[in-house]
Amino acid sequence: MKIYVSLDSAAKALGADEVAEAIRHEARARGIEVDLVRTGSRGMIWLEPLVEIDRGAGRIAHGPVTPQDVPALFDGTADSLGPTDDIPFLAGQTRLTFARCGITDPLSLADYEGHGGLAGLRRALGMEAAAIVEEVKTSGLRGRGGAGFPTGIKWDTVRQARAEQKYIVCNADEGDSGTFADRMIMEGDPFSLIEGMIIAGLGTGATKGFVYIRSEYPDAIAIMDRAIRLARDGGLLGPDILGSGRAFEMEVRIGAGAYVCGEETSLLNSLEGKRGVVRAKPPLPALQGAFGRPTVVNNVLSLATIPVIFEKGAQHYADFGLGRSRGTMPIQIAGNVQHGGLYETAFGLPLGTLVNEIAGGTASGRPVKAVQVGGPLGAYFAPHQFDTPFGYEEFDGAGGLIGHAGIVVFDDTADMAGMARFAMEFCAVESCGKCTPCRIGAVRGVETIDRIAAGDPDATAILTDLCETMTAGSLCALGGFTPYPVMSALHLFPEDFGQAREAAE
Amino acid sequence: MRPAPPPTPDDIQAVIDTERHREGALLPILHALQEAYGHIPEGAYPLLTATLGITRAELHGVVSFYHDFRDVPAGRHVVKVCRAEACQSVGANAMAATLLDRFGLDWHGTTPDGRVTIEPVYCLGLCACGPAAMVDGKLIGRADPAKLAAALSEPSVEEAPA
Repeated sequence: MKIYVSLDSAAKALGADEVAEAIRHEARARGIEVDLVRTGSRGMIWLEPLVEIDRGAGRIAHGPVTPQDVPALFDGTADSLGPTDDIPFLAGQTRLTFARCGITDPLSLADYEGHGGLAGLRRALGMEAAAIVEEVKTSGLRGRGGAGFPTGIKWDTVRQARAEQKYIVCNADEGDSGTFADRMIMEGDPFSLIEGMIIAGLGTGATKGFVYIRSEYPDAIAIMDRAIRLARDGGLLGPDILGSGRAFEMEVRIGAGAYVCGEETSLLNSLEGKRGVVRAKPPLPALQGAFGRPTVVNNVLSLATIPVIFEKGAQHYADFGLGRSRGTMPIQIAGNVQHGGLYETAFGLPLGTLVNEIAGGTASGRPVKAVQVGGPLGAYFAPHQFDTPFGYEEFDGAGGLIGHAGIVVFDDTADMAGMARFAMEFCAVESCGKCTPCRIGAVRGVETIDRIAAGDPDATAILTDLCETMTAGSLCALGGFTPYPVMSALHLFPEDFGQAREAAE
Repeated sequence: MRPAPPPTPDDIQAVIDTERHREGALLPILHALQEAYGHIPEGAYPLLTATLGITRAELHGVVSFYHDFRDVPAGRHVVKVCRAEACQSVGANAMAATLLDRFGLDWHGTTPDGRVTIEPVYCLGLCACGPAAMVDGKLIGRADPAKLAAALSEPSVEEAPA
């Protein structure tokens, strides 16, 4: 009998370790031989701790399970969700990046290879650098961190740069509220990220990689560290990748609690041991990045998607999607929802389908009031905008952004003036201080929203003007995009700011 | 409780030397120092500036920039409560207010007996099972004040070294 329990942080935060311990204890007490495998999470967080039991006919799901439920699991009398793969939330997905997450033991290279891992790398090892970059361009992959810049073009700039040393830097500083896909893939399928980084090295001539992980993710740090050691022992990293004579080495670096270090130039400064202050561009990091050398800075999901592109072919990946948003996006459904978790699907699904059908509406059972898409710098959407298809250009056209594809749902008890104020407060706390509109503007923004709440009739115009200044006058997305949640909240929910709806429209 | 004697320069240098070989070594060194001493001890400053060839002003700039690094040790138990949007959508503000009130603290505050420090954190990546919190490194999903208080009074936590 094989039993699978997730070791993902979210599962552990809901008691997965205690459930796993209870299973071991019960198996011992009954004298039953049980093969307990700790996997990543399937992404159905409302069912965690999820226990899957395979008695020889495939995995049957049970969840959420408490330690008290464990004897019934062994008796076969526990409530069952049926075959895991048939659960509608999973059955409706197209899993490319997350194909192995929740299925395999994240720290077993053999398991990884047995589920398609390393096929992409073996193919890339037989290709010229230019052909590798061309393959990424053909896939249409765009930066999954939020900016959506074509990954292949970035790689090509680094490939063509001349330098003794080039770097691959993985941005794993996933600080946006409502996003956890980077964490899930690092905890659930770390070798996919390692393989993606090695291929990036082969395509660009970089031989050293860094994974910059935020300190708020201790489990992801520990698992990536162990996976890198296993990859080294397995001949995947080091001076002779899989006997090819090519070299690539990598290490984990830990952030220190600064949200702004998710911005790529700020991350590079932090990596170099400096204050995480944003750098002006140009020079592009692709030409002068880490330690002044040509550097690819890519998000975790971008890099972890590279192996499947090389395994199945760029065209296979590009055949999914909508318009210029090619492939699939691991969408993170969060906040006040019935069915929260990770839902990977081709671009193009309307926002309302995600919120009302896939997420099943609010957990509180109250009407949905607003949905914030793309993290704390993303705009709020109201139900009348729910026909917006999930894609980069489509969300841009609707006055928002998809960012790292986190969606956070709020019910009708949410105070949107309070959320707007929080956005400014957060910007003030996390501003690196380089740009005046961000450093000072965020503080003034909090004060101005307080004036609006106090009934000052002039304050709305001042807030609007301030937001325009922040948008136009900030170097990075922190100061530049904080106006998205603020202004969208003001436009969509003027009554929360003590104003009549007509006055604001 | 008597405070531990301050570390000697040799102790501190030994910690610095474990990480100094890295490219961009300062953050790894600061993490190692904080891991060892619970804060960045004053005695580390001259050693760090000499080892890395940076000025005291540069060093202070880095230490003070990052929320993680402390000038003084935190309480024996650190509770980090997520204040970000996804957790707010499921009642994090009210939960945090109750918790702070129960301990008579404001954010970043430590109880007078040095037992508990409560800090805000902006996202633990538990956005589908909020409100989220972390008690001495242990993650807690769907947190409420009772769950957090229970985590703080677990014997294993109580016996954890300061």
